[in-house]
Amino acid sequence: MAQIFHRSTNTLSRLSIYGAAFIVVALGGGIYEINESPYFTEVNVAQPQPVPFSHKHHVSELGIDCRYCHTSVEKSSFAGVPPTYTCMSCHSQIWVNSPMLEPVRASLRTNRSIEWTRVNALPDFVYFDHSIHIKKGVGCTTCHGPIGEMPITWRANTLYMRWCLGCHRQPELYVRPRSQIFNAAYQPPNNQLALGQELVKVYKIKNQKQLTDCVTCHR
Amino acid sequence: MIFGKTLKLMAGKDNPQERLDLVTIRARLEEASGRRTWQSLDELAETQEFKNFLHHEFPHVPEKSSGQVSRRDALKFMAASAAFAGLTACTKLPTEKIVPYVIAPEEIVPGKPLFYATAMPFAGIATGLLVESHMGRPTKIEGNPLHPASLGAADAFAQASILTLYDPDRPQVVTRQGRISTWSAFLDAINELRADQLVKKGEGLRILTETVTSPSLADQIQNFLKQFPQAKWHQYEPAGRDTVREGSRVAFGEYVNTYYRFDRADVILALDSDFLCYGPGALRYARDFADKRRIVDNKSTMNRLYVVESTPSNTGSMADHRWALGPREIEGFARTLAQQLGANSGGVSITAPAGIPTDAIPTIVRDLQNHKGTSIVLAGDQQSPAVHALAHTINHALGNNGKTVIYTDPIEANPADQTQSLGELAADIRVGGVETLIIIGGNPLYNAPANYELRSLFFPLPTTPGGARPASKVKLKIHLSLYNNETSELCDWHIPQAHYLESWGDARAYDGTVSIIQPLIAPLYDGKSAHELFAALSGEPGRTAHNIVHDYWKNQKSIKDYEIFWETSLHDGVMAGTAFAPKSVPPAANYNVAGGDSSTGSGGIAIIFRPDPTVWDGAFSNNGWLQELPKPITKLTWDNVAMLSPGTAQRLGVTKGEVVELRLAGRALRAPVWVAPGHADETITVHLGYGRTRAGRLGTGIGFNAYALRTSDRPWSASGVDIIKTGERYPLAYTQYQHMISQDQKEVEEESVAAFNRQLVRVATIEEFRKDPDFARDSEENTRADDSLYPPYKYDGYAWGMAVDTNSCIGCNACVVACQSENNIPVVGKEQVSVGRAMHWIRIDTYFRGGLDDPETYYEPVLCMHCENAPCEGVCPVGATVHSPEGLNEMVYNRCVGTRYCSNNCPYKVRRFNFELYSDWTTPSLVPLRNPNVTVRSRGVMEKCTYCVQRINAAKIKSELEDRDVRDGDIQTACQQSCPTQALVFGNINDPNSRVSKLKAQSRNYSLVAELNTRPRTTYLARLRNPNPEIKG
Repeated sequence: MAQIFHRSTNTLSRLSIYGAAFIVVALGGGIYEINESPYFTEVNVAQPQPVPFSHKHHVSELGIDCRYCHTSVEKSSFAGVPPTYTCMSCHSQIWVNSPMLEPVRASLRTNRSIEWTRVNALPDFVYFDHSIHIKKGVGCTTCHGPIGEMPITWRANTLYMRWCLGCHRQPELYVRPRSQIFNAAYQPPNNQLALGQELVKVYKIKNQKQLTDCVTCHR
Repeated sequence: MIFGKTLKLMAGKDNPQERLDLVTIRARLEEASGRRTWQSLDELAETQEFKNFLHHEFPHVPEKSSGQVSRRDALKFMAASAAFAGLTACTKLPTEKIVPYVIAPEEIVPGKPLFYATAMPFAGIATGLLVESHMGRPTKIEGNPLHPASLGAADAFAQASILTLYDPDRPQVVTRQGRISTWSAFLDAINELRADQLVKKGEGLRILTETVTSPSLADQIQNFLKQFPQAKWHQYEPAGRDTVREGSRVAFGEYVNTYYRFDRADVILALDSDFLCYGPGALRYARDFADKRRIVDNKSTMNRLYVVESTPSNTGSMADHRWALGPREIEGFARTLAQQLGANSGGVSITAPAGIPTDAIPTIVRDLQNHKGTSIVLAGDQQSPAVHALAHTINHALGNNGKTVIYTDPIEANPADQTQSLGELAADIRVGGVETLIIIGGNPLYNAPANYELRSLFFPLPTTPGGARPASKVKLKIHLSLYNNETSELCDWHIPQAHYLESWGDARAYDGTVSIIQPLIAPLYDGKSAHELFAALSGEPGRTAHNIVHDYWKNQKSIKDYEIFWETSLHDGVMAGTAFAPKSVPPAANYNVAGGDSSTGSGGIAIIFRPDPTVWDGAFSNNGWLQELPKPITKLTWDNVAMLSPGTAQRLGVTKGEVVELRLAGRALRAPVWVAPGHADETITVHLGYGRTRAGRLGTGIGFNAYALRTSDRPWSASGVDIIKTGERYPLAYTQYQHMISQDQKEVEEESVAAFNRQLVRVATIEEFRKDPDFARDSEENTRADDSLYPPYKYDGYAWGMAVDTNSCIGCNACVVACQSENNIPVVGKEQVSVGRAMHWIRIDTYFRGGLDDPETYYEPVLCMHCENAPCEGVCPVGATVHSPEGLNEMVYNRCVGTRYCSNNCPYKVRRFNFELYSDWTTPSLVPLRNPNVTVRSRGVMEKCTYCVQRINAAKIKSELEDRDVRDGDIQTACQQSCPTQALVFGNINDPNSRVSKLKAQSRNYSLVAELNTRPRTTYLARLRNPNPEIKG
């Protein structure tokens, strides 16, 4: 009976047997890399939007406070995306004929909402609340990254659970004074650890066991 | 949710050898000398089915096929499962859109719910509600604390009505002769009709409504009748209060409305009245009643409740003395009582009922006479006018009128004998006097008395066999209703009705208080309200329901700042100053009723008709929450039954599930039998509301239609029913012996029942309690905290816990629906219920104590105990159920892989597993119903009560934003909030001043199965009874 496989397949089979461990590691590493890649995490990927809204221009150059548009960030779980009217409060006066802003004017004319693409998304089983993070000294840029430098908004962090837990385990490394929450240019001071430990006490931030309790975020 | 899924019934599941042997059961109970508590007849008979449910967590999981899968294959499957399980973690999130408003409404903060006051008209009468709305979509119904008929509680019907709003089976278009049409086409038809009828002055024009208490709608109808003076307005409510009204007319010569002040009553006698759970004012009555028997310490006092009734009811189970009497005997009892109290007994020869001990009646009489002005005698809505009239005169003789029994003007806009009113309409149709019939709501072709033969008037039978059907005598039939039902099918026009959460309106509560019905959402399917229909009929088709209601009250209340008054009324949910003033009515000098419909019968077995405890008169047939809600006491779901006493069942030789034919006056009906401990002998109870043929996907074709036997002269009870055995059996799905906690510790040698009974229910009389306040306390050895391998955990900060006062629980099911609505709990269907897979997170365990014929009944709501030493946590291989620093036993759906070890290890059997994809993920109209703060579970995960952790988190966040601690009362779990008697109290047990701590500090506090040292956070307070020491036995 003729051989089914060519002699060279022996080499292949030996390779795969002796190299099994490497193959498994490589496969695992590959999956890990894909999971961490911007394709999956969308980190640093600018999302196309109906209007190329620039946080860099509005926040850093014009100095508009975050809460002018994101009105419910201190009151509610959801920070709020501004209604068309908020955009038009300025843009009925300036850049009134800019073609870039046509979708905004069209929205007002037709009474149809602008459909923005969500940049910072969490899975449905995560119940994140903006208001309590603001209250406890977590600044906007801690999660949203250098928003004042983004001409078009991108996700700055993976928002994976282990990333959240980084702060929920050691909030002292990240919290800042309440006065600096909405400062997009804030840089942590050199004595962050000492300041953070002080703030954790003053702001009555809960201990690690409570912050990492499952129902803090899931229910 | 199982919309669109067919229910396959398990035929032949019942094993004939397992049929209950009532003789043996009686013997066993005798042996236990009345001290044993039991939950069902199956338990007493120790049937195999019962044992399966007791000892196996999931008795109906098919046996695993052993020997067919090789070891290799098993390993392959394991490897593949592990690989796939790992891969699911790598899902890329789908891209989402954010769609902000163009102009943001002023009040809405995205992510925060808003609450609006409104009212639900139930049988025409309002209950005040507060409805939670998320971004414009109503999600949860709660009671309105400012409304006198609610005080913050809501019953099962009101809470489940939100599911009806989103029901995908609601009609979505106007139809004409069954074909799609439009509202404007209908308006054209109305214009033609008006032109024609204005000439005839409305001759041949008839309106049929349900009970109307709405002042603005009544005003519209009156205006309409002015335009068409020859037209007539009929009303019909199948489970209406005709006999109540007639009873007041007999006693006082005019229609009056009666309501009761249970907060002033120390002795109550209920004549077959389920006043705690059903009827207008029930929520308020339950609260006042429970407040009068709330125990704080051993000096507390309790009111006393005597009940005589035919069918076991929630009120009967709260009674200190209860006697099961047939309908005839109840009237006799009332007459005897009236005579002995010196009241007008109606001048009829009196027969003292046999079912009640001879010494009892004089004792009751003495007790009532000792409480003149602080007692209440009340008759049930289904009692004959004679019994009602007797109750009125007894109250008069006792000086209760104006004190505990309040009379006012009728709350109905047009009080009438509705059964007679419908009869007149039927007679007019028969003689061809009705040309146009406009039916507003209701379903008369399904629920009218059988002797009116309304269906054949709408859809006449051929005059010769096989011949053509003649045309209906009514030329034009118009039906406005929520569902396209049995009546709509035979009407020319069907207009979809707007749900009460979609339309403006108003209605009166039990004491006359007006509430504005405020819509929460624009009509989903372009439904129209009765107001809009009458506006069109009166020639003002453009007028909105809002304007009609608003302007009506503007004309009534000629006050300066009307808009402020209107806004305040909307905000509060009650219109100030609209409750009727109490009125003093002298009883008619000498009335004489020859007895009600019940005493005219010739003997034999009596049949009793009752509205169903969960689907009422059939109006809620297509509501999955209510269909699956275990009915009080029987715990039956998805069906109705013919209830018999054990004695009568024994005599007739019938058992549970056996189909019998009921014959009454030439009409017949087939129904499955249910043996109900505590039912009156020689009496059979059937519930209305089932056997629908056109209810929707859920409600069609289940149960039997008891209306088929019901006639206009005997609407609630009739004598001389024949019961014929058919030999067939019918599978019933009930939860009575599912999720049972074993009462006996098996290890201990069996000596006597009481010696090692776990005492899941602890009961004493108030006398016994005063002598021994610690009777219910767990023994020392059962409460040692250090009996654990794990180091004790110190709960500083909040420690959540709950106390359940079984002394207040009336078993009304409000908490079960509240939980279902709050926590997105799915409906599983009859087949799944019967194999023990109902998903409710809270169940009302019902226990009986004593003999079969008249047992005492006890309720015990069981939810997750949140044990400090939780047996479920240790056995979870993936850490999906863990403990929080505040003492919550948490369930993490995303970690759960469905081993079900936790459920297997839970001594309280409170964990529920998603064997299938029970939650409806596809029906678009059900998406907005869900609570956005609770995960909608998928197939293969375990779930259970979370103590409404979403509410705890919301309150904690709110308190921290306001720089304070959570205050007692900030967090109410859904079950607690809906409870009419405040039997459930939740709070922080680390705070000694919280309500829950104070309750747990009472000597009545005990834990379930404490000897397992689970240290449950949910504890129970023992039930007390206040029997009259002069009545023995």
